[in-house]
Amino acid sequence: MIGRRSFLVTTLMAFGFAFLYIPILSMIVFSFNESRLVTVWAGFSTKWYVELFQNEQIINAAKLSLRIAAINATGAVILGTLAGFALSRFRRFKGRTLMTGMTTAPLVMPEVITGLSMLLLFVAMEHMFGWPAGRGVTTITIAHITFSMAYVTVVIQSRLSTLDESLEEAAMDLGARPWKVFAVITLPIIFPAILAGWLLAFTLSWDDLVITSFVSGPGSSTLPLVIFSKVRLGVSPDINALATLMVAVVAIGIVSAGLYMQRQERRRERDVQAALAANQ
Amino acid sequence: MANPRPEQKLEPWKDPAATPYIRIEKVTKKFGDFVAVDDVSLSIYRGEIFCLLGASGCGKTTLLRMLAGFEEPTAGKMWIDGADMQGIPPYKRPVNMMFQSYALFPHMTVEQNVAFGLKQDKLPRAEIKDRVNAILELVKMTQFAGRKPHQLSGGQRQRVALARSLVKQPKLMLLDEPLGALDKKLREHTQFELVNIQEKLGVTFVVVTHDQEEAMTLASRIGVMNHGKIVQVGTPSDIYEFPISRFVADFVGSVNMFEGTLIEDEPDYVRVASKELGGNFYVNHGVSAPPDATVWVALRPEKIVIAREPPASDDEDNRVRGVVKEIAYLGDVSVYLVQLASGRMVRVTRPNMRRQAAAFDRITWDEEVWLSWDPSSPVVVTQ
Amino acid sequence: MSAYEPRRRGVHPVLLAELLSWIRAFGPYRWASNRFRDWGVGGRTAVIGLPYLWLLLFFLIPFIIVLKISVSDIRLGMPPYEPLLHWVEHQVVTLRVNLGNYAFLFEDPLYRNAYLNSIFTAGASTILCLLIGYPMAYGIARTSPSWRNLLLMMVMLPFWTSFLLRVYAWIGILKNNGLINNVLMAMGVIDEPIVMLQTDFAVYVGIVYSYLPFMVLPLYANLEKMDITLLEAAADLGCHPVKAFLTITLPLSVPGIVAGSMLVFIPAVGEFVIPALLGGPDSLMIGRVLWEEFFHNRDWPVASAVAIAMLVLLVGPIMILQYNQAKQGGAGGVHR
Repeated sequence: MIGRRSFLVTTLMAFGFAFLYIPILSMIVFSFNESRLVTVWAGFSTKWYVELFQNEQIINAAKLSLRIAAINATGAVILGTLAGFALSRFRRFKGRTLMTGMTTAPLVMPEVITGLSMLLLFVAMEHMFGWPAGRGVTTITIAHITFSMAYVTVVIQSRLSTLDESLEEAAMDLGARPWKVFAVITLPIIFPAILAGWLLAFTLSWDDLVITSFVSGPGSSTLPLVIFSKVRLGVSPDINALATLMVAVVAIGIVSAGLYMQRQERRRERDVQAALAANQ
Repeated sequence: MANPRPEQKLEPWKDPAATPYIRIEKVTKKFGDFVAVDDVSLSIYRGEIFCLLGASGCGKTTLLRMLAGFEEPTAGKMWIDGADMQGIPPYKRPVNMMFQSYALFPHMTVEQNVAFGLKQDKLPRAEIKDRVNAILELVKMTQFAGRKPHQLSGGQRQRVALARSLVKQPKLMLLDEPLGALDKKLREHTQFELVNIQEKLGVTFVVVTHDQEEAMTLASRIGVMNHGKIVQVGTPSDIYEFPISRFVADFVGSVNMFEGTLIEDEPDYVRVASKELGGNFYVNHGVSAPPDATVWVALRPEKIVIAREPPASDDEDNRVRGVVKEIAYLGDVSVYLVQLASGRMVRVTRPNMRRQAAAFDRITWDEEVWLSWDPSSPVVVTQ
Repeated sequence: MSAYEPRRRGVHPVLLAELLSWIRAFGPYRWASNRFRDWGVGGRTAVIGLPYLWLLLFFLIPFIIVLKISVSDIRLGMPPYEPLLHWVEHQVVTLRVNLGNYAFLFEDPLYRNAYLNSIFTAGASTILCLLIGYPMAYGIARTSPSWRNLLLMMVMLPFWTSFLLRVYAWIGILKNNGLINNVLMAMGVIDEPIVMLQTDFAVYVGIVYSYLPFMVLPLYANLEKMDITLLEAAADLGCHPVKAFLTITLPLSVPGIVAGSMLVFIPAVGEFVIPALLGGPDSLMIGRVLWEEFFHNRDWPVASAVAIAMLVLLVGPIMILQYNQAKQGGAGGVHR
């Protein structure tokens, strides 16, 4: 009995989840609405999806966003893994405190400040070295890597802190040099965390409006920029369709990841049971 | 395999001409202000099983990790097989370690785990396979070669970890609490297995443990550590029967400790007057201490005879009267707590050699008893 | 040996290990490690140095530039500020510091109001978030493990979908002919639509909605760790469940409350998208002010001064968060 939840808690929890999901559900429902008036139901239709796929501006922006997000995620994972490894495995080095600060600050920094400071840097660099010439994909990617690597660092660092350090020591003891230990022991074991970090960095970049607004230039309109300029003018049904597609992709991804993990967990438990049963 | 099995009776530490296999000289390790290992010097010989025994935090694991190369000494030097180990990284040392957590690579099978070290040496595939098979045979794990660590029981993991370290045929193996994760029954069984394997392969073992029973079973010699220092080195029976300090006597086994004053000090015997005892100890070994010095007498509970009648000899020393206050029946032995006239409690154990039928007239609560012991039993320590 | 090797599906870590050792044999790994050796750079230095340099260049230096520009004069042209360092003859450097931008922020009531409004809005939203999020976290932590994962996934899912689109969804719900008004009018509760969009109310809703997962997840992590036997002991000692909650669960969950609140409050203060889409022209928040100074007035120095001022405001909450995290996570990794 103790520690079970009461009726009151269940009701409040249900209310919370309703609050979380009603807006998303309403977007999904109205994306299939015949009428342009988003809030009046006029029959089922998929015409907004057709319109969405014919909207070249949105399609191009989505392609650009995908490209930037993928490059960003890869860069952020490389730098973030190195930083996370350095912070959790090298206990003492010069400037460790500064590095800790620089990897955690972007997590709590308001985006407007990060965006502004990145832009000012790029302007100053262009002024002094002539690079990067103008703002565009390059500057967006650099800015995204900088703030999303902080998230990857946190993910990797917390994974490494729960990884038994004696695994790495054992490998070294058996004759593997440090780089090799990293490549054949550490990396494969933390691979799920790296994958999670990649997806997180990808999502952050794919979704970012504020920082991108500061560092983008003409001809580098990412999807959030296009959505924002459309949405500012009011509700439009093809955006509902777009939102529905994005929710669907994320939901499929999360649900299948969850199922996969659950299956792994069950199999693992079965293995352990079998191991214990086989030789007692 | 390379080294012949040392003779059981061979005691190289008594031979001044023998060269130690490991030499540790004045080694100190500090973590910030904390001194983990404090000016330790030690010699360990080929073929030994040397146990570092101490409570947690006494520096024994740090000392082991310095031998493996995971920590650099703050001061002092270490030699293994005549080679100075300073600055040599772990992957270049002729040493393999078995970790307390076993540290089996979770993403590799038993076979891949064991082969890992050989692969690092770039040995030919066929040789790797042969040696892995041979060592798995030795630890009786052949049928589990394809399993992952999480599919193994604790005892099996321990054997894989052992095989993984042994397969490289190290001359020196370091074992950090090798049996700590096993339950009591399995631990006893594995202790003997470990000694057998060590004798078969002729490897030198340095074992860290906090379990004195484990140290007693495994070790050729034990080094007792306290606060980063080695306080006594000796064979298990040396440590138990001739502790050199109150700490060692108290740490290894249980003991009754009496404070007293030297009243007679001859080369072949001493007499100690103790107010706590309410009598004198007569001990048939000499002590190097100034006369009238305060000393302590350590007396093991199993070496005290408990009886209703006074001992037959009419010697006034080495005997005392008391009242039984507590009795604990432990099965193999019974423990009596006897209160002396001074108020001091003395712990006495007596083996239960006969089954205790109801009719058996045994010593019981509040009975007045005589305690006595042989002059060879007490040990006098000065620190 | 392969005879009793039960090959299981999905053993990619091992495959990966093989692949990596392959790459190492003659791939970029060897190239890189050789280069590092050529430069006399140890692996350790490279591992630390690469992310370090990146962060120095793209995170720390930009801040110094913001600081610098916040004390510069505005000018026409590109970049629209006067350089701070003037190289006069014989390489004598003169420093021009203009604190006028900060003075301007203090004097103009627009900025003062934006500041106070930001703090108030973020604070109120944080409290609302806590009120909604605590029962959710508590409920999730006290359900059976199989349900728990599903519910956690449901909390995470909105977080992984587009933030912008989730804010946008509220426009359709809150506007005059939106979902709420339509439903209420159809039920006859109201005759005229309630104006909700472009009000402060809409901003609160938007912030609470967007940042709710940030509140629920740390709270859950805290509540889930709590030892249930504590409550059993309390009940055993004659404590009513409600009182046990107030005297045991609630005090023990304070670190979770602090972490969640700071994770909501800090980004909410600097929020731009939510007030821009859901708020009215008069719901000014600092993030929005900065944006408008920058993009509409093109006054970079004042925008920089706003940024610095906002940062000063956030130093307190950020330090509370850091201290809270350090206190909780500090026990790990002690040397044996």
